[in-house]
Amino acid sequence: MNISRRIVLHFPPRMTGQPVVYRLTKDFNLSFNILKASISPGEEGLLIMELSGDQRNYDKGIQYLTEVGVKIQSLSQDVVRDEARCTHCGACINLCPTSAFSLEPKTRKVLFDHNKCVVCGLCVKACPPRAMRLYF
Amino acid sequence: MSKTIAEINEKIKKGKAVVVTAEEVLDIARKKGISKAAEEIDVVTTGTFSPMCSSGVFLNIGHAKPRIKLGGGKVYLNDVPVYTGLAAVDVFLGATALPEDDPKNKIYPGEFRYGGGHVIEELVAAKDIRLEAVAYGTDCYPRKKLETWINLKDINNAILFNVRNAYQNYEVGVNLSDRTIYTYMGVLKPELGNANYATSGQLSPLLNDPYYKTIGIGTKIFLGGGIGYVAWHGTQHNPNVLRGDNGVPEEGAGTLSLIGDLKQMKPEWLIGTSMLGYGCTLTVGIGVPIPILSEEILRYTAVTDADIFAPIIDFSEAYPQMKPDILGHVSYAELKSGHIAIQGKDVPTASLSSYPKAVEIANTLKNWIQKGKFLLTAPVAPLPDIESGITFKPLKERPIMEQE
Repeated sequence: MNISRRIVLHFPPRMTGQPVVYRLTKDFNLSFNILKASISPGEEGLLIMELSGDQRNYDKGIQYLTEVGVKIQSLSQDVVRDEARCTHCGACINLCPTSAFSLEPKTRKVLFDHNKCVVCGLCVKACPPRAMRLYF
Repeated sequence: MSKTIAEINEKIKKGKAVVVTAEEVLDIARKKGISKAAEEIDVVTTGTFSPMCSSGVFLNIGHAKPRIKLGGGKVYLNDVPVYTGLAAVDVFLGATALPEDDPKNKIYPGEFRYGGGHVIEELVAAKDIRLEAVAYGTDCYPRKKLETWINLKDINNAILFNVRNAYQNYEVGVNLSDRTIYTYMGVLKPELGNANYATSGQLSPLLNDPYYKTIGIGTKIFLGGGIGYVAWHGTQHNPNVLRGDNGVPEEGAGTLSLIGDLKQMKPEWLIGTSMLGYGCTLTVGIGVPIPILSEEILRYTAVTDADIFAPIIDFSEAYPQMKPDILGHVSYAELKSGHIAIQGKDVPTASLSSYPKAVEIANTLKNWIQKGKFLLTAPVAPLPDIESGITFKPLKERPIMEQE
């Protein structure tokens, strides 16, 4: 069975020189789509990607990542809408490149679909009441 | 059919007034007809919840011992500068004020995380606010420095006074250039990448009373979750614009100047707001009741999104350069469909004004009236109408020459 998950990888500083993603493809036959990557001086590396492949290979790939010391987070935990702060104006709707926001037709409330979010962060600064938060 | 405000108030007191929102009135008018609907309905409630920059609060913080004259000095609330050109302990906190060390647009686009609007929200939320002041000292006000926490519940007065709110219609902002621009109409993507609009349309107060026949000076309203009043016509009030057959202006027209006691307002209806690359402001919740005095008034309140048109303006060139070019008009029904056509291109739309919150405001006001907690007021004077001769003038610049 094939699966596809969006995950956040945290690399300790000692690992940023290693071709981890290459190994995932070569050894476990997984395909990847990198959504965001950054390395800051003195900080760990960050990689957000969509990882797809056979369930068993996927599990082995995740096991490999864990063994080499990469911390893994699922993506949905990382972008949070402060429900008390959102005014449902809709300013975010057409800025989101993956259409993670939509309008509930009857009430015109803004819906946020975590599964579509690729953590680009565009909505975070463009939200007038600043209701969107990024957590890595 | 005609009613007076006094008659409607009698019904409100007895709990017998028929009150509907400007959204609910549409179905009733459609099913029963204008005449029957006007007979049955006593009040139509409107609502809007939008960023409104010309908002602010007058504060009287009370006299310190020994006394300090803040007037003519410098005062900061949570690092945000306030206006001190008033008497000893009165200051004015404006929604768009920014801390002096805010990088503003030096790091472009500026984030504008905290400004006057945010201080107002925190004041209303009963949070302690840090006041820092320096003064020049006088014989009767000897003190030159003051640092203290203040809280809304302790200070003498906090009067929300918004000199321009509730714009009657507004433009749709787009961007014809080849780069993303950051405007008060939000982030506008290049080459007609999106179109942003900003009123609650069929629920908006002045769009339901296009000729200001019921809303006037002294009208009691929902303001920031509490009670407020129309104090005057707002700045830039401009009744003489192009209007449709239904009287609805096809561009920004009338405005309201609003006043109310901040102490009875609520933070969920006065929200500190940051417009990326533009600045800080305050999102204000306003609801205005419209007494159905006649069939004519009801007909105005039965205006639908399909009957309200807004002009499309390019914010990369026409707006900043004060060019009159308009890319066409579009109805709120089209805007709310999520897509509009501009120059043959399909452009996704978004609102900066919250329709769900506008509905909530109209319903809250309806509830207050139904429970007899809110009586209507007759205006003590009308707002300037299309016959007033008021025009909206651009600045006529006159270069200042050095004296020879």
